[in-house]
Amino acid sequence: MTDPDHRSEARLYLAGFGLALTLTLIPFGLVHWRLMQGRALAITIAVLAVAQIVVHLRFFLHINLSRQKREDLQLILFTVLLLAIMAFGTLWIMGNLATRM
Amino acid sequence: MSTPNLHPGLNLGTRHGAAHEGAETIVFGFWIFLMSDLVIFGLVFASYLTVANPMGMAGGPGPADAFDLRSVFIQTMILLTSSLTFGFATLAMRHEHGRRAIAVWLGVSLLLGLGFLVMELRDFAHMIEVGAVPQRSGFWSAFWGLVPLHGLHVAIGCLWIVVMLVQMAVLGLIPVVKTRLLRLGLFWHFLDLIWVAIFSIVYLGGLMP
Repeated sequence: MTDPDHRSEARLYLAGFGLALTLTLIPFGLVHWRLMQGRALAITIAVLAVAQIVVHLRFFLHINLSRQKREDLQLILFTVLLLAIMAFGTLWIMGNLATRM
Repeated sequence: MSTPNLHPGLNLGTRHGAAHEGAETIVFGFWIFLMSDLVIFGLVFASYLTVANPMGMAGGPGPADAFDLRSVFIQTMILLTSSLTFGFATLAMRHEHGRRAIAVWLGVSLLLGLGFLVMELRDFAHMIEVGAVPQRSGFWSAFWGLVPLHGLHVAIGCLWIVVMLVQMAVLGLIPVVKTRLLRLGLFWHFLDLIWVAIFSIVYLGGLMP
């Protein structure tokens, strides 16, 4: 347990945990105590969620911009592109239909 | 962080020899599975969002009638903590702290995973009580397609932890067991990532003032 590498890596996990915890507590607090509402709250929740996902990718799944891991980053980015087309397309079409009803 | 990383997720490191080298392609393959799983979740989210409106609820119960923010918050904390404890299990494997240390952290993660499932099942039971069942409306069909799908993943992850504990005890820390533990770690962290989207979109989005 005195391994310095181990200690610094464990500290990185704890840092990620602390960041993720903060990014979780803020939106739950906002909703619980009704500190914000409407569109502003929706946008805040979305931004915090994306930030927390990035924290999870960086600290828990160890995705970063270093050269060795480009392929995996490209795989993730391509998947997100496909999802954006399919999911956003679905929402767009269904939303458009709803307004015509 | 002196050794070069071959793949995302915590690497075993060069001192693990063949297990470290072999992990590169195996883990990349597992990432392809995770990303196809992400596409499934993403599209289930999209279909949920198309019916998350008064029309989709068809006069039946809405989120405010059936969701319990306190319970969801506890589930979120449990799952986040289990991600940390699983990280410690992977670190114990990477730094060769022995089977006992790995098994202890895996056991803690397993208990947290089971605790999450118990809380979630209690929530589901409450939803059924208030009539928020899949056949009530399009909204609840989509909800029951999405959130229990994640719960099912967590249940499979728990089963996988049990299998790995048995394999560690029977086979020892041979290379194939190590790379399986690496993949299980990615799966576990990935499920926590999906949960961020679930609590943000389904629960906080549903209960927002």
